[in-house]
Amino acid sequence: MSPPVNVEFVGPGALASAVARRVEGGDRLAGLFASTQRDGSTVIRALLAPRGGLEVVEARLDPGVDRYPALTPLVPAACWYEREIHDLFAVVPVGHPRLEPLVLAVAGHEPWRPRPGPGQPLAAEPFELHDGALASHVAGQGLFTIPYGPVRSGVFESVEYLVETFGEDIPHLQSRVHYKHRGIERRFGELGPEDGVLLAERVEGTAAVAHGLAYCQALEGLGGVEVPRGAALLRVVHAELERVASHLDSVARHCEGAGQSVAYARMTLHKERTQRLRAELCGHRFGRGVVVPGGVSGGMLADPAEVLPALRVLERAIADDARALMSTPSFLDRLRRTGVIAPAVAFAHGALGPVARGSGLAGDVRAERPYGAYGTLGFTPAETYTDGDALARQQVRLEEVTTSFHLAREALDELAEPDSGPPWRVALPPVDGLGLGSAEAPQGELVYMVEAEAGRVTRVKQRSASFHNLALFPDAFAGDILTDFSFIEASFGISMAGVAG
Amino acid sequence: MAWVLRGLREGIVTTRYPKRADGYGASFKGAVSVTGDRPQAAVRSARAEPNADAGLSSLCPTGAIEERSDEVVLDRGRCILCGRCVEARPDRFRFEASAEVATLHRSGLFVPDRAESDEELDLIRAELSTKVRALRRSVHVRHLDAGSDGSEEWEVAALLNPVYDVQRLGIFFTATPRHADLLLVTGAGTAAMCGPLRTTYEAMPAPKIVLAAGTDAISGGLLSPGYAVRDGVGSTVPVDVFVPGSPPSPFSLLHGILLAVGLLPGQGAR
Repeated sequence: MSPPVNVEFVGPGALASAVARRVEGGDRLAGLFASTQRDGSTVIRALLAPRGGLEVVEARLDPGVDRYPALTPLVPAACWYEREIHDLFAVVPVGHPRLEPLVLAVAGHEPWRPRPGPGQPLAAEPFELHDGALASHVAGQGLFTIPYGPVRSGVFESVEYLVETFGEDIPHLQSRVHYKHRGIERRFGELGPEDGVLLAERVEGTAAVAHGLAYCQALEGLGGVEVPRGAALLRVVHAELERVASHLDSVARHCEGAGQSVAYARMTLHKERTQRLRAELCGHRFGRGVVVPGGVSGGMLADPAEVLPALRVLERAIADDARALMSTPSFLDRLRRTGVIAPAVAFAHGALGPVARGSGLAGDVRAERPYGAYGTLGFTPAETYTDGDALARQQVRLEEVTTSFHLAREALDELAEPDSGPPWRVALPPVDGLGLGSAEAPQGELVYMVEAEAGRVTRVKQRSASFHNLALFPDAFAGDILTDFSFIEASFGISMAGVAG
Repeated sequence: MAWVLRGLREGIVTTRYPKRADGYGASFKGAVSVTGDRPQAAVRSARAEPNADAGLSSLCPTGAIEERSDEVVLDRGRCILCGRCVEARPDRFRFEASAEVATLHRSGLFVPDRAESDEELDLIRAELSTKVRALRRSVHVRHLDAGSDGSEEWEVAALLNPVYDVQRLGIFFTATPRHADLLLVTGAGTAAMCGPLRTTYEAMPAPKIVLAAGTDAISGGLLSPGYAVRDGVGSTVPVDVFVPGSPPSPFSLLHGILLAVGLLPGQGAR
């Protein structure tokens, strides 16, 4: 159960300075979201993360007002958030340096109808893309832009990277993420809490449990309910196995890029076994349907006492191969000093997850704002690395796999005790007001902001770590060349579905 | 220890499917079926009692269940396998333990069977088999994401892991549509991906097969109706094979590919 949300109200003109002041004071900008109210006004909410909490700074734009002074000049981390708000709400952050479309960028793409925000459609008007119009951020002799995507070589999610290059170095890179925009937020508004969690599980399908958790925790915070202990433990088991699978996916992609075919086969085998183990526990390879508002949908399908040995076998096999991988020089050479995000850059942007922890930032929701059973399970966050390269991020992931197994085992141990069992869920009372829920997804901090009115969920805004981290992606290419691309991408572990929304 | 020894020490982990049934694939909850076809007597007595099936359609978050006057029909092409109906009405719905859920016709995804005419199905099969004859038992697959949630990509990529190892069956993934025989499309068909999807399809040499992978690709699933998605990819490219699932398991995908190219055991006899 989370405490009520702490909101500071400011005028639209004072929003930028109020947020900037807090960021200067050490808070991290965790998000910036808009929402249309029943009276036609629009609220802009900045989500700030001081140590151990989440707070909101809120400004209200009166009906008919469609602009406010932009945050981005003072707080650069707000850049993508303001572009997204501009796309979806037609609200203009005045003074934004590059107000290009982010999620609605294609001709024929209909804007929200009715537009949830006030004002006239602005840049979300059809925007024809053609190669002649490739915008360049850097200029120089011999510089050209390679459009890479949205249909890329291999089994990837759709995204287009505009690689600005002389042919080898990559001085700059832009990401066009709108190809996968599915209108998730609008769809959330049409679904009740029970169906909403099904949609949350599909925002970022590879982090379904984390999304379900963050969504449900927002509702549970609003409703003031505490989930039963057994349910909280079961949530930990599923969330941690999801992390293992996701990290193995990232590691396997590194192996593939480095031409380590046996290591690739081994890691994908471990991943398959992890997915099967997850299915054994709940009937779904991605843990969908486990997390429900107020708890979990039911007990484990397998006996914890039988799962534990299987878990241990898997854990040992992964640890063994991970050790071998981290002492394979031809592999390490490809990762070392590749895709460096300097700690100062990561801090300024408020990087999340393994990207942050590879660049010296210790943030982890499980430790900062322990939710569910994490507070009592003896969770110690993985060590951070300061090199900021793909290798550091890989080390973070491998250590997190160990931590995840440890947590899952602890939770299973407790679940195996005779007195732990039903009830698996408590009823959620009708909710009302503004709720925040967060969870540490494999990609990093995940936040859900939920607005409810008399039991009806009116607006849900999800912010995945992928969205926040991808804005940092171009900064990783200083000094790197085209062949480093796949490593840098794999080391960021971005899910495009979570970015485009 | 050298990597090659690590690989050898594990032994063979690859499935024998499709030559032999695979225990895991056969136990996979791949689809929902409607059970307990009401016998005539029950229908008659239902006139006296309130209809026991009333409200069944409201159980489904994606509208996959339709109550007709005489029967209840479930559209697997809309079903996201959430299991709500199975949990609420185990007497009317149950999970089907099989990953072999692909069909060659959209209407084949409706259960109970829509009593599709044999001639119609034969026609589809004949059409497809003339298409695939040129492939000579090997197929190159181009994957395309038209707005998936990301999990479908994991399952597609899993086909290359040692457990499924689809190269052994002559199935290869290719980077360019110019080399591709089969276009494997995931995702609900976002407005922004329709253009690239069409371009990719047109870039493929004939004969070409399109496989819609997952409930989202077939109907849009939970995302439809929406302003940013078309209801599946069928309105953009002609779909030959439908593989439901949210996401479809690797076995379901493999079954769909084999079905498309006529490589399932016993399929040649048809």
